[in-house]
Amino acid sequence: MAEPLLDARGVTMRFGGLKAVDDFNLVLGAGELVGLIGPNGAGKTTCFNMLTGVYKPTSGAITIAGQPTAGLKPHQISRLGMTRTFQNIRLFKEMTVLENVLIAAHQHTEYGMAAAVLKTPAFFSEEDALAAKATDLLRIFSLDAKAGWEAGSLPYGEQRKLEIIRALATEPKLILLDEPAAGMNHRETEGLMETIAKIRKDFSLTVLLIEHDMKLVMGICERILVLDHGVTIAMGTPEQIKRDPKVIAAYLGTDAHA
Amino acid sequence: MTDAAPSPQTRFRRSFLAPTATFAVLLALGGILDRTANGYTQLIFLFMFVNMILALSLNLVNGFTGQFSLGHAGFMAVGAYVSGYLSVLTMGVGARLMFLPQPFEFLNFPIFAVAGGLAAAAAGYLVGLPSLRLRGDYLAIVTLGFGEIIRVVLLNTKAVGGARGMPGVPAPGELVVGDYVFSPFFMNYLWAAFWLTTTFFVLWRLVRSTHGRGFQSVREDEIAAEAMGVNTTKMKVQAFVISSFFAGLAGAVFASATKYLNPSTFQFTKSVDAIIMVVLGGMGSLTGSVIAAIIVTMLPEFVLRPLQEYTGVDLRMVIYSLLLIIFMISRPQGIFGKAEVTDLFKRLTKARGKDGRTSA
Repeated sequence: MAEPLLDARGVTMRFGGLKAVDDFNLVLGAGELVGLIGPNGAGKTTCFNMLTGVYKPTSGAITIAGQPTAGLKPHQISRLGMTRTFQNIRLFKEMTVLENVLIAAHQHTEYGMAAAVLKTPAFFSEEDALAAKATDLLRIFSLDAKAGWEAGSLPYGEQRKLEIIRALATEPKLILLDEPAAGMNHRETEGLMETIAKIRKDFSLTVLLIEHDMKLVMGICERILVLDHGVTIAMGTPEQIKRDPKVIAAYLGTDAHA
Repeated sequence: MTDAAPSPQTRFRRSFLAPTATFAVLLALGGILDRTANGYTQLIFLFMFVNMILALSLNLVNGFTGQFSLGHAGFMAVGAYVSGYLSVLTMGVGARLMFLPQPFEFLNFPIFAVAGGLAAAAAGYLVGLPSLRLRGDYLAIVTLGFGEIIRVVLLNTKAVGGARGMPGVPAPGELVVGDYVFSPFFMNYLWAAFWLTTTFFVLWRLVRSTHGRGFQSVREDEIAAEAMGVNTTKMKVQAFVISSFFAGLAGAVFASATKYLNPSTFQFTKSVDAIIMVVLGGMGSLTGSVIAAIIVTMLPEFVLRPLQEYTGVDLRMVIYSLLLIIFMISRPQGIFGKAEVTDLFKRLTKARGKDGRTSA
């Protein structure tokens, strides 16, 4: 049997007396597109932060492609083939759009400092190849025309798109998208979702997607995991989730609250 | 837009042009100074080169990597004392050791300067490895403390003169071409210009490579950089070590230019001078650092001092401080911000184009 790409077991995060995420379990096989939803403060981003190594889980174990991530730094986890985007956009704002994408290729760059300082032919060849590759990626969201812009000067929606491109440039097997459609209008969101589905096919990616908008997740995800107050309250196909009374209660409130 | 880019081989060969031309222009200036300027003016020019190298090196850490180091004088001191000590040992009055004999004696100094730079880099590694896990103010305090430790150690080391200092640091070894012997000033100047050119182009190229982009990603957002697979700790230590190396070179040039080393030269205020130059020129602008170093060195000597002689009142520090305050209020990002002088040329030529549009 093929090893799961991501395997999180009993992952728990405590901040002092608060259990932000309790007993989180998730197994992702290659090529899946799974949604992670839940009301505000349910612990979705905390899950991402634990998976990517920004937070060290209080207990539980995570493996990526069979590699336990305990004790690894975020960049080492990223190099296992898992990368992410951020809910509150974290671009390298004062660098150009192209440079943002190039930094993600940093780990794959082979020339050394001496080659860069002496500007050897190898340096030029590799830089050209990197720039060409980065420009190809920028074309996905038609950002190639703005390659020379400062990333911080892009409109909001394009900054979100650039974050996805930057993540792709690390050549991941698994990509975690944290509310990629936040702040977009309905039409933009639909376009984005189509692109995500397309990228997933073209790059044979596995995608874990945090999204607020239930409708949107229902449209493209094969499986959905619902968190509420750090507890997994449901896991299943969109059809199952739609009918789950616990999910409905979490989103709309129970009778007692209503 | 442009024709097909030239091959990597062609660009590699062309890449020697700019450094060579820069060095040649600097040498020509040195030849003029050697013949026309008095010893005092000559010394000011050497100090200017020292300041340029120092500011450039600090810009890598403070400007490009976004870390705040306050102990750069310490690394400069390490380079100065190592290079100075080796020079005294081999070329000083009554030297008992010989390193390179004539006609290669002129190569003594650059080798000692590299030794000083490497010693400073080693010191940078020792300080950087544990302290670069700290951020912002904490890093500033640790580096500040380190700079003081170096100074106090030098103050109490008898072998290098302790508080009395180390006199008699000789000029770089003689260079004899045919019958012509280059003056000690010109030899000092030659190596100062050489190291300045080296420092500038090494840093310029480094920050425009994947390594430099790594440094800048640390400045921009450490969490995002890590998520993109950038080893931020390694980046910070690398930047710190490289920066320390060049600070050590600045120290070596300083040692042979002044002929006399004293621990009190490398006080905290020297580190602050370096920071002033980096901030004035623009954090993340190498040409900015060069220009700021020129201003900071030349303004007191050639504008403020004559002013004092004319008015009879010592207003130097008042005017100097006022200028800095006004500057920080009106242009806090420094003269150039993150732009380089070359960007200004590009903008000018673009503005002259048909529609005058510039991207971003």
